[in-house]
Amino acid sequence: MKGSFIEVRDLEFFYQKEQPLFVGFCWKVERGEAWSVIGPSGCGKTTLLFLLAGLLKPKKGEILIDGKPVNRPRPETALILQDLGLLPWGTVRENVALGLKIRSFYGPDGVHAPTRPIPKDHAKLVDHWLERLNLKEVATRYPSQISGGQKQRVAIARALVLEPDLLLMDEPFSSLDAPTREDLEELTLKLQSEKGLTIITVTHSIEEAVFLGRKILCLKRPPHRDPLILEGAPPERDNPIYHQVCDKIRNYLKEHLPR
Amino acid sequence: MKKREILLSILMMLLLWYIIAYLLNRPILPYPHRVFLVFARELFHELGKHLIASSLRVLLSIGIGIITASPLGIILGQSQRLDKIFLPFIYLLYPIPKVVFVPLAILFFGLGEFPKVLIIYVIIFFQIVVLVRDQAKTLKPELILSVRSLGAGRRALFRFVYLPSTLPAIFTAIRQSTGTAIAVLYLTELFGTKYGLGYYIFLTGSTLLDYSSMYAGILAMSLLGLGIYLGIEFLQKRLCPWLFIEMPH
Repeated sequence: MKGSFIEVRDLEFFYQKEQPLFVGFCWKVERGEAWSVIGPSGCGKTTLLFLLAGLLKPKKGEILIDGKPVNRPRPETALILQDLGLLPWGTVRENVALGLKIRSFYGPDGVHAPTRPIPKDHAKLVDHWLERLNLKEVATRYPSQISGGQKQRVAIARALVLEPDLLLMDEPFSSLDAPTREDLEELTLKLQSEKGLTIITVTHSIEEAVFLGRKILCLKRPPHRDPLILEGAPPERDNPIYHQVCDKIRNYLKEHLPR
Repeated sequence: MKKREILLSILMMLLLWYIIAYLLNRPILPYPHRVFLVFARELFHELGKHLIASSLRVLLSIGIGIITASPLGIILGQSQRLDKIFLPFIYLLYPIPKVVFVPLAILFFGLGEFPKVLIIYVIIFFQIVVLVRDQAKTLKPELILSVRSLGAGRRALFRFVYLPSTLPAIFTAIRQSTGTAIAVLYLTELFGTKYGLGYYIFLTGSTLLDYSSMYAGILAMSLLGLGIYLGIEFLQKRLCPWLFIEMPH
């Protein structure tokens, strides 16, 4: 029997043993799904993302992605953090090419890079994504010289140039103004359906969670045992169902506000 | 500084030199043109050999300093545990003027090349460790996590994150320690040296009483310092272009 794309099995995790974040937590994500994870700050949603990214290890239980346990960053998983982590000393072009350079540095070893051959012509791939995300004219600038929305697009290009099958995002658009944010949210969904990506977005913004996630995992106060999963709405901001779902989540989170 | 300003300050200095030499009117301060003539002639004879010997000592010390001190600085900046263990030693030894180790180095290692290079190396080593450590500490954990998620392990992190991020600190450290390093070089070359500017200056000034040559030696030593300084400037512009960008507003 074929398992789900992501399977979280009996996950246990804590930073201090007295305050566990996850205890016997199970969760499944199918390939190509768009998920949001929402919850108040400190609820462990970023921790869950880091566990999925292989940057943290479960204390007990395991996380399987594509049938294999995740113990270190998986080459096919892309991660975009709130602080985008662009190299200040690299131009936009160099930042987009970074992942490819790292892959060439190690070769297709299956650990740092997928086992499939690494494309030789970085420039062509990078060009494609610079063009796709409208970054051509700022390609030679440094991150400190471009706008917040542009930086965000550099981070997306840097992630997608590696052709991931899973995209993890932590509060990706929270520092942007509303029009830029909505623009990028739409772009994200477009790219997701084009590439058949599985995406998981962690956010504290209800509107963003409902727009980006067809399914929404709600986390309240830790420790988390059973996942509360809400069916989302179509990504249409003027659709009444969209607002209904937003209200539902708002009420749910209110009931569980930390005392 | 603009080129015109540099030229102007050089002219002012020369003028001052001429005036003092004229007023003093003694062989211990010859006119600048005499010194330059001797410098130009000697550079391709004796003085040149001494200049090369001194330059090699300094460059060797800087080179070994960079190779050994930068990784240590990066490790201390990134590992809180090791930082706790080693930092007290570093901060205890850092402010000690390394000149006081010159007699010790000679006592322990004799009069050869080793103690000379060692002392200059120690000066540069501490400066690089301290500055690189401070720089590595400012690296945001999110940056490291992001790059790790792109597949980077230890080696790639070193190549693509730690090295470029600490390069400016290395350059600053060398710039700051060049003055001291050359002062100490002069001292070490006073003892048991066959070739070296310190020896040349001392010999021509106090034994041969050839003051023009002595000044030529001093000029060579100044130019050695200036050369390192300008070399660093040049390399930094080449290797760290992001430090020299203009903001778009």
